[in-house]
Amino acid sequence: MNSNHKLLEVKNLSQYFGSPSNPIKAVDGISFHIFEGETLGLVGESGSGKSTTGRSIIGLYDITGGEVIFKGKNIHQVKSKKEQKQLKREMQMIFQDPYASLNPRMTAGEIISEGFDIHGMYRNKNERQAKIISLLEAVGLNREHMTRYPHEFSGGQRQRIGIARALSLDPSFIIADEPISALDVSIQAQVVNLLKELQEERNLTYLFIAHDLSMVKYISDRIAVMYRGKIVELGDADEIYHHPIHPYTKSLLSAVPLPDPILERKRKRIPYVHEETPDTAKMHEPLPNHFVYGTDEQVNKWIKQAKL
Amino acid sequence: MKKPLLEVKNLKINFKTYAGLVQAVRGVDFTLYEGETLAIVGESGSGKSVTSNAIMKLIPQPPGIYADGHILFEGKDLIPLSDKEMSKIRGNEIAMIFQDPMTALNPTIRVGKQIMEVILKHKKVSKHEAQERAIELLRQVGIPMPEKRFNQFPHEFSGGMRQRVVIAIALAADPKLLIADEPTTALDVTIQAQILELLKELQKKRKTSIIFITHDLGVVANVADRVAVMYAGQIVEYGTVNDIFYNPKHPYTWGLLGSMPDLNNKSDEKLYAIPGSPPDLTNPPIGDAFAPRNKYALAIDFEKEPPMFKVSDTHYAKTWLLHEYAPKIDVPEPIVRRMERYKKEAELGE
Repeated sequence: MNSNHKLLEVKNLSQYFGSPSNPIKAVDGISFHIFEGETLGLVGESGSGKSTTGRSIIGLYDITGGEVIFKGKNIHQVKSKKEQKQLKREMQMIFQDPYASLNPRMTAGEIISEGFDIHGMYRNKNERQAKIISLLEAVGLNREHMTRYPHEFSGGQRQRIGIARALSLDPSFIIADEPISALDVSIQAQVVNLLKELQEERNLTYLFIAHDLSMVKYISDRIAVMYRGKIVELGDADEIYHHPIHPYTKSLLSAVPLPDPILERKRKRIPYVHEETPDTAKMHEPLPNHFVYGTDEQVNKWIKQAKL
Repeated sequence: MKKPLLEVKNLKINFKTYAGLVQAVRGVDFTLYEGETLAIVGESGSGKSVTSNAIMKLIPQPPGIYADGHILFEGKDLIPLSDKEMSKIRGNEIAMIFQDPMTALNPTIRVGKQIMEVILKHKKVSKHEAQERAIELLRQVGIPMPEKRFNQFPHEFSGGMRQRVVIAIALAADPKLLIADEPTTALDVTIQAQILELLKELQKKRKTSIIFITHDLGVVANVADRVAVMYAGQIVEYGTVNDIFYNPKHPYTWGLLGSMPDLNNKSDEKLYAIPGSPPDLTNPPIGDAFAPRNKYALAIDFEKEPPMFKVSDTHYAKTWLLHEYAPKIDVPEPIVRRMERYKKEAELGE
């Protein structure tokens, strides 16, 4: 599944909001890459900048600084309309709220096929119909659902429509911003299973943004932990979970409640005391493919604490 | 022997809507003992919040209808009480913590005053004493510099601190019963862990009984003494927290446990998802409401509603699978695997 081909590369991405003299640094110089066919999980608490990262990558904001390179092209420097359109076809998004993200005045079929009009695809009516039906079936709905309006669907079904819309232009990369947080537990598992199936069938690459750490661990190959606009730790999902180095990651993991009463009675939460990271801080790679952000002294101290 | 504080008996609540009569709660029975925490789990629409609002008599009538049943609080039925009588109990003997700490607080009133309001209404104390108590409460719920914070407005607090204020208000009149309706769902995991610790600590000190409503089984495992699993307006399984997590009997409980990954799930194993979606309660299905989503459903499930079968003195489940003539069905493999893994970890940790 994993190739070594970097589909997306983010270099020193910054996204500030507010007045330039006193900006809010929502995303403060982060760098990472995503390999083709892999899922990168992005976790962090609310306000850490994880959603902003996703939105900046897909071009919903004008970025403050840095580069986003997708398939070898810097997406914020693509000038020609044609190339821009091509990029948008390749990169799609699934949103958190399946209620707010679907136009209530459009049928499911219209929602899914809206991208076809914009990109001038499937002009033949029969062809278009067939494509819509195949998309509906791919996400576990069927042709009867095509003419129905969003209010006629349950939350889980709506999220399936959102997924079908994201797939409609045959993208290679999907940003899923908390795609299951608004769903019920029993429905969450359905949607996550669906996302995994689709990934295998279509060789999709995911950036999966969420605050539910157990779900992120389950779906991701690698995980990036964000804190105050920076990626503080990045590595293989198992590595991050079993051998966290950054104290913030440790604290975050220790706070996840597990569905097991005996373990829960024993679990000790590790509080995180904020440590200022001076300008000399940078990404270190103490273990192969396991990155930690901090100064030399900090990282050495943390590694000792983690007993690696 | 423990004394029951609250007994809910055959509670039925309907709502009149344009689409018809919604049977939101369809015969709920449970008992809450002094000093214990009962968790009610279920997905949205299962009736867990309606049940808890009903105990507080917060169901608007119309459209709500208390169709049947009793809510006995210290032996006294709350359902026939008038609004005036109820207002002496609400906030005083039974208090509630809501999900969203921003909407639960009045943004235009200083938090100290909001806490004092409760004390002044229910306790015969002077304003000065009320103020002192309010500051003490802020300290107890872990708000630093309570004297200063007393005079601040809700917007000056972070989400977690706001929820602490909500808890302080709920505890202001020393209630015997605290209903917490998804109190940590809107919070980050680290803040959630702090609030759960706080609630447990306060409960230990004050011997408050807690009804904890949530859909997060991790949270349940953390806080609950006993658990009631709700589906389609009914309790389908209840027992001690160990009964539910280590010996679940209802296929819906299996589904809930299986659909939650834990930190050890291999990413190549599929999650044990429950197919379909919950039934429409304007027209509840005949027989077992879970049958259409249940791969273990028997023919009788579509005809007759199962009774509560007794598994042990503490453990009951409402599924025909427990009938003596039912085929023997084991707990699905992914859940068994997980329980074994936990057992191993628990032993390693000793």
